[in-house]
Amino acid sequence: MIVGPDREHGLHLLAQMLRIRRFEEKCVELYSATKIRGFLHLYIGEEAVAVGTIEALLPDDAVVATYREHGHALVRGVPTEALMAEMYGKLEGCSRGRGGSMHLFDAATRFYGGNAIVGGGLPLALGLALADKLEGRERVTACFFGDGAVAEGEFHECMNLAALWSLPVMFFCENNRYAMGTAIERYESETDLALKAASYEMTSWSVDGMDVLAVEAAARKAVAEVRDGSRPCFLELKTYRFRAHSMYDPDLYRTKDEIERYRQHDPIPALQRRLEADGSLSASDIEQIERSVAEEIERAVAFAEAGTLEPVEELERFVYWEGSLA
Amino acid sequence: MTAGVQTTAITYREALREAIREALSSDPRVFLMGEDVGLYGGSFGVSRGLLAEFGPERIRDTPLSESAFVGAGIGAAMAGMRPIVEVMTVNFCLLALDQIMNNAATITHMSGGQFAVPVVIRMTTGAGRQVAAQHSHSLEGWLAHIPGLKLLAPATIADARWMLAPALADPNPVLIFEHGSLYNLKGELDRDHGPVDIDRAAIRRPGSDVTLITYGGTLPAAIAAADQLADAGIDAEVIDLRVLRPLDDETVIQSVARTHRAVTIDEGWRSGSLAAEISARIMEQAFYELDAPVARVCSAEVPMPYPQHLEQAALPQPAKILSEVLRMLGKGSGG
Amino acid sequence: MPSLGADMDSGTLLEWFVKPGDEVKRGDIVALVDTSKAEIEVEIFEDGVIDELIVAPGTRVPVGAVLATVGTAGAPPAPAAATPPAPAAATPTAPAPPAPPAPPTAAPPAIAVDGHRVRVSPLARRVAQQLGVDLAAVTGTGFEGAITRADIEHAVAVASPPAPPVPAAPEVAHRQEAMRQAIAVLMARSKREIPHYYLELQIDMSRPLEWLREENLRRPVTKRLLPAALLLSAVAHAVVEMPEMNGFWVDDAFHPGGRVHLGVATSLRSGGLIAPALHDADRMSLEELMAGTQDLVQRARAGRLRSSEMSDPTITVTNLGDRGVDLVHGVIYPPQVALVGFGAVRERPWAVNGLLGVRPVVTATLAADHRASDGHAGGRFLAIIERKLNTPEEL
Repeated sequence: MIVGPDREHGLHLLAQMLRIRRFEEKCVELYSATKIRGFLHLYIGEEAVAVGTIEALLPDDAVVATYREHGHALVRGVPTEALMAEMYGKLEGCSRGRGGSMHLFDAATRFYGGNAIVGGGLPLALGLALADKLEGRERVTACFFGDGAVAEGEFHECMNLAALWSLPVMFFCENNRYAMGTAIERYESETDLALKAASYEMTSWSVDGMDVLAVEAAARKAVAEVRDGSRPCFLELKTYRFRAHSMYDPDLYRTKDEIERYRQHDPIPALQRRLEADGSLSASDIEQIERSVAEEIERAVAFAEAGTLEPVEELERFVYWEGSLA
Repeated sequence: MTAGVQTTAITYREALREAIREALSSDPRVFLMGEDVGLYGGSFGVSRGLLAEFGPERIRDTPLSESAFVGAGIGAAMAGMRPIVEVMTVNFCLLALDQIMNNAATITHMSGGQFAVPVVIRMTTGAGRQVAAQHSHSLEGWLAHIPGLKLLAPATIADARWMLAPALADPNPVLIFEHGSLYNLKGELDRDHGPVDIDRAAIRRPGSDVTLITYGGTLPAAIAAADQLADAGIDAEVIDLRVLRPLDDETVIQSVARTHRAVTIDEGWRSGSLAAEISARIMEQAFYELDAPVARVCSAEVPMPYPQHLEQAALPQPAKILSEVLRMLGKGSGG
Repeated sequence: MPSLGADMDSGTLLEWFVKPGDEVKRGDIVALVDTSKAEIEVEIFEDGVIDELIVAPGTRVPVGAVLATVGTAGAPPAPAAATPPAPAAATPTAPAPPAPPAPPTAAPPAIAVDGHRVRVSPLARRVAQQLGVDLAAVTGTGFEGAITRADIEHAVAVASPPAPPVPAAPEVAHRQEAMRQAIAVLMARSKREIPHYYLELQIDMSRPLEWLREENLRRPVTKRLLPAALLLSAVAHAVVEMPEMNGFWVDDAFHPGGRVHLGVATSLRSGGLIAPALHDADRMSLEELMAGTQDLVQRARAGRLRSSEMSDPTITVTNLGDRGVDLVHGVIYPPQVALVGFGAVRERPWAVNGLLGVRPVVTATLAADHRASDGHAGGRFLAIIERKLNTPEEL
């Protein structure tokens, strides 16, 4: 049983999850209004995973994420304004508007991008960790990917290589039960994902990804093992997305009942109830967090609206590195 | 004291090894990884002896996981290292194409210029050794299609020796194609030459009647054809592209403006080939200089057959180059 | 109509779940839309009361169209939040389209033989245009029988050109080829048609050079005169006294040039030769002559001569002294009738009044058309040049 958090930490976790939830709700609205275009993969329902896991990282650690990465970028500390401006494709965005929703990058927080190829980020994470190992730096590379990536060859190549070379990679597998519209039972012969990782001789286990306290506790333990033991670790986070794969889909592959059932485990009210039961959360706390989050998002939208579009003359910039390297 | 140039007889393979050794010695961020680069000494013997010299941390044997170790090279480069990744052959690079195309070539751009990817990926390319359809590709043209990559094709001892240092110094992902038929090429190496540029094509043989444009493994065929043409009183210029992306248009166009005729020689298949790209650029930039249509000598459009006579028939040969030149000069029946 | 996917331009409203007067709150599902990929429920982002349903079920409308209006109690209705602004016309300003290219210069007419287009290489077509060659008269020997540059050049060589070919505004890159061709044609014609006779005279340059030295002492560095200016001026002035050297032989008769337009033979760095006119050279001061020559040479080498300068010369001067040549027997530029050549000014033993001294000496030569003049006149002409050189103050 996870011991309850102190009041301050509890409020912090709640606020982090609400930041993601409200940010993405605003994104849905802006998408409908055509301010945001392209693909928009929402994390709503999975917030406890990004919040709990990233709590376990140190500022110097690296994050490699997927195309469903708004939440990770937000809680990692990429400025909300820069994120919203990126959603708008504006010059002030965290990737100068060149990446959009799926390709959020931020060197300052060592955020190595949303990767839109399923499994494509895993080899990169290995390389970041290999560099740390060769240079003798005690840093961890956190690599996020979904359950769908487990079916990719790259997953198996990387599990093997990371374990073989004892690379300090923390594999966070966000199992939301669907590879786009295909349920895990329909594409995996073995649905116990931690068991697959274990076969590569690495410590691995599963945790309830709808419980932010459980996620944080497990992540702290796993990250410590990576950092201290300089070897990879695998954590499966069982979670669920409440919204469509990308913005809207007809949800033909799952029932409304199923979605409703998982909504009963929404990580935000769950933490709220827990804190209220502990007596460390009042109605005014909630109100204050909501207000602060709303203001943050309002500022971000205003910033993005006021942002500039990169001149077309600069179209071909950044295809190659500008300048030289040390 | 003599002012003479210091030269040594050396093979293409040894020149590559010397370049890697120099890189490992001069920069602690450099390491080599790939399938069998360590104990085995490299599938083509390029890295023989380097494991003993530099140890397993810097000469890393990898599993047969092209995507994982090519991607790891990309990630390590993003984190400040200078990896040399050896992909045994261009055929296997297909298993890492996602990493090359979707990560190496895009991250600098997708991140709005925040991350450089200074990785070097070496691979053997080409046919001619009777290793049949899955081991004989020449896919340079495919990869040259991708913005964000730089592609080099050393065709001489000097380029084998001196191209690696500028490639490692380049902040972009650089792919180096070593043609399998060149490893045993032997020649004199100018010891004092120093790093070459990786921007420009080279005129390997000046001439005034026709420009033969080629790269990598077909350079010897082009030179041989030029020698035979000289016997026929035709003065052919031979351009070695050296850099396949970004292409050095200037050298090619200036040459065509002098000779008014061009033949591109490319071991890739004709459709959508580098030869096609160069032909298009000549048409775009030097149409009114042309005294004959640009000709192409490419590989036959067939998966490479195993028997020697069929393989040789599929590949660009000096005789085919010769007949193309004669045909454009109105002197041959052509074919 | 909300945007419900990256590839959605329009949607069909299938069903309304609300009716006017219904109260709605943010997040409520208000309608069902067919995006043609799928049926999607539409949510609303405003709290309020449905005022009017504008789009009827079964209607296909573009993204951005207003589906319904929502009002708050007592407030005027506003378009529903599910209705974005008109589809983004806010594309960044595109660069202005480039100005339309200038129309190409008229190409030789398309030629058809037996209904087939005659094959001409792009280079050959261009060279033919520069040299005024009729493609119909050329036989192709190139790739699949195409006419090549060599075929054009061959055609020019065998034909007798009607007039001095003036490369009309030749393109820089190919000026030299057209030029070489023009020279070939012209010189061949000259030697074929003009009965040349040649005379030479060694001229003591001590006096003119001494005068020049003193003159230059009085001039700022930038205004100093060169010996070449004296030579040109001497010819220009001499020709005024010998009009039979100044003009053209056309249609079996001499036509005096009238004014003196001195053709200055100028070699081009890229190879080739050109002899543009210094108009009214006899009326120019030495200083003007210097400046005029300099300007002419520069423009000639940059390919920026005016056509009048190409066709106007009445007599040509060639000075190969700079090349270290002692004397030059020139080829007359048809239809002119004379060409004066100068070699290098060299110190030579020189006997005057029985005494041997060392003097700077130049060899002046005359190539003249025997149809227009004879040796006697030619000799006088050289003598006048010598006299003019020895009275430099009058030049």
